[in-house]
Amino acid sequence: MIFCRQISILLMVLLMGSNAYGELVIRVTEGNDQPTIIALSPFDLGDVRFDDDITRIVEADLRRSGLFELIPRRDMLAFPSKPSDVYYRDWRLLGVEYLVVGSMSLLPDGRYELEFSLLSLNSQKVQFTHKVRAVASQVRNLAHSVSDKIYESITGIRGAFSTRLAYVSVIREGDDFTYRLQVADADGARESLMLESNQPIMSPSWSPDGKELAYVSFETGRPAIYRQNLSSAERQQLTQFKGLNGAPSWSPDGKKLAMVLSKDGNPEIYSLDLASEKFTRLTRHFAIDTEPAWMPDGKHLLFTSDRGGSPQIYKMNIAKRSVERLTFQGSYNARANIAPDGRTMAMVHRSSDVFHIAVLDLKTRRLIELTETTLDESPSVAPNGAMLMYATKRNNRGILAAVSVDAGVKYNLPAKQGDVREPAWSPFLQ
Amino acid sequence: MKTRMNLSASLLALAVLTGCSSSPVVENTTEIENTAVKTAQVESVDVEIVPVVADIPTVFYFAFDKALLTSESQADLLENAVVLAGNSRLVRLEGHADERGTREYNMALGERRATTVKEFLVMQGVAASRIEVISFGEERAAAYGSDDDAWRLNRRVELK
Repeated sequence: MIFCRQISILLMVLLMGSNAYGELVIRVTEGNDQPTIIALSPFDLGDVRFDDDITRIVEADLRRSGLFELIPRRDMLAFPSKPSDVYYRDWRLLGVEYLVVGSMSLLPDGRYELEFSLLSLNSQKVQFTHKVRAVASQVRNLAHSVSDKIYESITGIRGAFSTRLAYVSVIREGDDFTYRLQVADADGARESLMLESNQPIMSPSWSPDGKELAYVSFETGRPAIYRQNLSSAERQQLTQFKGLNGAPSWSPDGKKLAMVLSKDGNPEIYSLDLASEKFTRLTRHFAIDTEPAWMPDGKHLLFTSDRGGSPQIYKMNIAKRSVERLTFQGSYNARANIAPDGRTMAMVHRSSDVFHIAVLDLKTRRLIELTETTLDESPSVAPNGAMLMYATKRNNRGILAAVSVDAGVKYNLPAKQGDVREPAWSPFLQ
Repeated sequence: MKTRMNLSASLLALAVLTGCSSSPVVENTTEIENTAVKTAQVESVDVEIVPVVADIPTVFYFAFDKALLTSESQADLLENAVVLAGNSRLVRLEGHADERGTREYNMALGERRATTVKEFLVMQGVAASRIEVISFGEERAAAYGSDDDAWRLNRRVELK
């Protein structure tokens, strides 16, 4: 039986206007050893003025990836805006490997169009020229789209700058708590509020189309699982069983939600078919089974279980219900999150009494610890598999941090106030 | 030639591929769509808890990742069972964990601890139907700080 009542929604004016740069501030703490040297000639905006500096947003994106070193503007001899204005020799003298030039124009329909080119200084060729169009209020998206194109052209990996983060922020004043479910751009900007409650909000999980989030809210005094549309704020309560209603995880085809329910006595993994509203019990064990995460093939689930005496990660073949233990190194491995390659598994891993984020290569069984802080949790891999976001503590406050899956690149996104936790990196949004 | 593919109103892009320009480089265009997020609003319920009147311990502590009752907790629970036998009020057992480990595992761990307490009380004659179990995992700390002292106080079940 499913409890499925539509809840009336009051829409609220968003915090966006006063908070255009978001609550999260990025600090790059570690970069790649051999970054690609790139120069962004400031885009020629003509008469157009925007609140956001598009060139700076692209620069910040590329810098945050840790793979690029950016040439400061003061070192540039000229600010060309189209390939025909570029004196290759000047840029080569600066050691530049790639140069980006571009110019903005206003279209008759009121939108803005940025035409930009990536030039390779080594081959002295225009690698591509591309146009991107947006209304004035969406120039940050336009900038991230530019970053994606540049990143993909140089690294061969799809850029994930146009993605989003969902997370939970908590502010405590005495015994009063304010929990917020927030969504921001991947760079921390344009933070917007999805839900606010004085009871816990937990475990956001993106739908694979990036239009909805599933999460746990205690707003009724007990945990229940909800789904909510980002653009309409329409929400629906999916479960309200006795006991645990937790750890929702959206299947890759968007049709199912794996979750944890303890209605039958202890925590078990269930799969909810969203169309038929039918629940299927997947685990049957007296131990704790929790934190389901779908493999990209949609046929296997990863989950945490202490059936072997300590929390470890297991993989289930859903059709056969067969279960295989994946982790053997360390006394605590939990909350698996698999990269899109289906092979790199991020998790919380305890070694010498400290909780780190680690990745386990499911093919070679090699385990790499990615973080050095002590209370790291909630790893969420970017849709391009290059970085992962996680929650940690700094100065006794919860912050979000990112690390590349090879541990070479790191940055933090500290919040200006309160604790931030449980990051969920969105899928690709186009 | 133009291929248009409208994908998502809430999300980023509409890709328009335009054909050849005079340059040897393939030129195409990305169109950006509005991505505004709306807020849902809810009234959260504050569950009213009637405090236990008797002057006996109603918080029971546990070891890390464990749900075993200490002998001290068992003695305290026996006293609570006596008090509960003398009335018919409903009992709420709130299970908690310290901040170490993952949040959803800790939700399950908090429930396991509270269930252990419930089973002990039921064995002492308290009707199971009077007892509600709820886990807050690591979401509601009793002590703040990331040290052994705080963790010890947070691994608990509160009888309310």
